[in-house]
Amino acid sequence: MKIAIASGKGGTGKTTVAVNLALAMGNAQLLDCDVEEPNCNLFLGFELEKYEDVTITIPELDPQKCTLCGRCVDFCQYNAVAKLPESIMFFPKLCHGCGGCALVCPEDAIMEKKRPIGRLEKGIDDRFNIELLQGTLDIGEPMASPVIKQLQTYIDQSTVAIIDSPPGTACPVIASVADMDFCLLVTEPTPFGLNDLSLAVEVIRQLDIPFGVVINRHGTGDGRVEEYCKKEKIPILMKIPYDREIAVLYSKGIPFVQEMPEWKENFRELCRNIHKFISYREVF
Amino acid sequence: MKICVTANGSGPEAAVDKRFGRCSHFVIVDPDTMESESMENNNSSASGGAGVRAAQDVIGKGVDVLITGNVGPNAFDLLSSADVDMRMSSSGSVLEAIEAYRSGLLDAINIANSPGKQNARRRQRGSG
Repeated sequence: MKIAIASGKGGTGKTTVAVNLALAMGNAQLLDCDVEEPNCNLFLGFELEKYEDVTITIPELDPQKCTLCGRCVDFCQYNAVAKLPESIMFFPKLCHGCGGCALVCPEDAIMEKKRPIGRLEKGIDDRFNIELLQGTLDIGEPMASPVIKQLQTYIDQSTVAIIDSPPGTACPVIASVADMDFCLLVTEPTPFGLNDLSLAVEVIRQLDIPFGVVINRHGTGDGRVEEYCKKEKIPILMKIPYDREIAVLYSKGIPFVQEMPEWKENFRELCRNIHKFISYREVF
Repeated sequence: MKICVTANGSGPEAAVDKRFGRCSHFVIVDPDTMESESMENNNSSASGGAGVRAAQDVIGKGVDVLITGNVGPNAFDLLSSADVDMRMSSSGSVLEAIEAYRSGLLDAINIANSPGKQNARRRQRGSG
């Protein structure tokens, strides 16, 4: 079972939910797909070991063979190749690594080479049997999706995989969430939370993934998120209160399920409910 | 000689658009005859690399001088390798910009002065 934890708005509690859910379940994989700033391990403190580089394929031009026909330039939808009167110029950071320019080159002047853009790391905790897989995009690199996709090839289908997704609604979120069995959208009961939640809902509906909402810092803000969920028939699967004890533990980097045993049971119940949703969907 | 001014409309009366890659029009003027040609920027809404396309279009027109406000790093590299003289102006009309250039009032753009997309991304996460 693959569960993505996403949200439109940043800072609503995705990592809190992901980490606490993984610890409450045990025997789980936790994938930190927020590769621009992975932070699950702030709360876990596992010893991480790098096990793989992430590279993308970029073109390398042989100027001897190039006739400046410009087909590579016309082909590239990302404008990563440009034609000057006497040369072809290439912009590696605009390149998505599709390899199309090499395919359309009639002179075979374009070779492909690998460019590193990030790394994958892994840490295992024996007490809870949790495997943390973390992707990190190198500083200055613009494209997060290849790192996320490569990280997700290590999902173990036989266990529960919890995916901590980046915020927003753009490519890295799609890459994190697209292949999941269920998506939990974490929000806060504020106008900003509601606005970004509704954007995230549009994306998840488009991807046709069953989903539910977790309201974090419940008790602050107003009731509009709940009204919205009711109107849109979106299940609210958990409410995490705006609670001093939770906040204090968070500030110390301690996942609250470790100190508040009742929450361990709440998160397990959440997982059982998600399982029911998925099974229900498979039947109908 | 050809001078290209980024503008938000066509013709010499149009206002200067300070964006290079995402301006709406390029107005190309011959300062000797003051004849002008306006070209729509087809790449103003490209998701990425708008500056790269725009630079190729401008270079393809054989422009010697470019008057604009901000040039991103990729466009800057292209325009410099084609020896285009980049000059800064971000207000007034195309005609006024040409006059200012002729009077030597416009500063040269010697380094990319806009972050471009790659570096702007941190503020608005998520693309690619």
